Amino acid sequence: MCLAVPARVLSVEGNVATVDLAGTRARARLDALGEEVRVGDWLLIHTGFAIRRLDPEDAQETLRLFEELFSAMEAADDD
Amino acid sequence: MTDPFSLRDPAQASRFAELLARLAPDRPVKIVHVCGTHEIAITQHGLRSLLPETVEVLEGPGCPVCVTSTSDLDCALKIADQGAILCTFGDMLRVPGTELSLAEARAQGADIRTVLSAAAAVEIASRNPGREVVFFAVGFETTAPGTAAVLLDSPPDNFSVLPSHKLIPPALEALMALPQVDIDGFLAPGHVSTIIGSDAYRSIATKFRVPVVVGGFEPLDVLYALALILRQLREGRAEVENAYPRAVLPEGNRRAKDLLARAFQPAAARWRGIGVIPGSGLTLRPEFSHHDARERFGVEGELGEEIAPGCRCADILVARALPSDCPLFGTACTPLSPVGACMVGSEGACHVWYRYGGRPRL
Ligand code: SF4
Repeated sequence: MCLAVPARVLSVEGNVATVDLAGTRARARLDALGEEVRVGDWLLIHTGFAIRRLDPEDAQETLRLFEELFSAMEAADDD
Repeated sequence: MTDPFSLRDPAQASRFAELLARLAPDRPVKIVHVCGTHEIAITQHGLRSLLPETVEVLEGPGCPVCVTSTSDLDCALKIADQGAILCTFGDMLRVPGTELSLAEARAQGADIRTVLSAAAAVEIASRNPGREVVFFAVGFETTAPGTAAVLLDSPPDNFSVLPSHKLIPPALEALMALPQVDIDGFLAPGHVSTIIGSDAYRSIATKFRVPVVVGGFEPLDVLYALALILRQLREGRAEVENAYPRAVLPEGNRRAKDLLARAFQPAAARWRGIGVIPGSGLTLRPEFSHHDARERFGVEGELGEEIAPGCRCADILVARALPSDCPLFGTACTPLSPVGACMVGSEGACHVWYRYGGRPRL
């Protein structure tokens, strides 16, 4: 039940979004979000509530963070 | 549509394995995560096999279902016994109470229903105006904002909440204070941290001089977070680092935190196998006392037997043991006939190990 999963927004009506959750249509309440939501956005959904808007760009950013760590450690080894 | 957030490249994983080997501590270290989803990621992807011999990773009290006390369960059973519709998450059904589980009570005729969301419990209340409907609210900070949202959204009069939410930072503090637990680092739960923010762990890192790294749930996320913990240990640092910035801000989710503050106030809570931890639970604010199921039904739980004879859950829940340390694991105790709560909750360490075959380094 702790699981939170990314889902794509299909439509928004008031404080409820209809999302595509791994191929299934589901409803997600937006009460806890505090961010504007548009069709096509990715949301992190937990027990029927969106808890954060996700940006696919940030996944690329994560890969850059990995590279940063790898090079920092290599630099440290060369010292 | 594939999920652009999936980070599972095996080539990257081997780079992390090399990095972790370079960062291997020269003494045994214990890293504790407190999240069933982390345990699933670690066990399912065999990540323990990528760790240096000196590094052990344990779950601790990371399964909200497993840590729900018998006294809260007994309250739920008493409420169902008074004829109310009791709604809760499916995982709760088979957790043992003092005498019965909710599933056993249901088999005996109690009206107990599983829901996927607090909002679904409110819908049941709206459809059954002549019945009392109670939402047995378990879960950590990730789950509690949903309960808060429905309380703040003028639910019907026949709807009430039996609050059993729990908070992670006070539990981490309590673990640090326990004897023979000896934690060298925390892998903090990503989605709890989406709500509370990485700053919420600052006082723990400082007070106990322990690294706290917030990690995500993709295999590479977990390896990255573990590498950051090992690097801190090597450099003698004890700081909060956020290895999951795509979902976690330093301040967390302000709107969700605001919902929590408006609906709940912190209170002492009992954790199965651990005991009472100050400030680790949430009770309804006085303005919502008319939606408080404890008051409405006048129930209080007694303190029953929480751990079955021979079960090591009490040690597993404080990161003193792994499921493989329990002689009943996989023999007398399986998900189909669980002896302890850690085998019931789908995020319990024993359940996860059984399901994903997680005996590390086999
Ligand atoms: S395997 Fe079963 S009996 Fe052993 S600690 Fe886990 S839940 Fe308890």
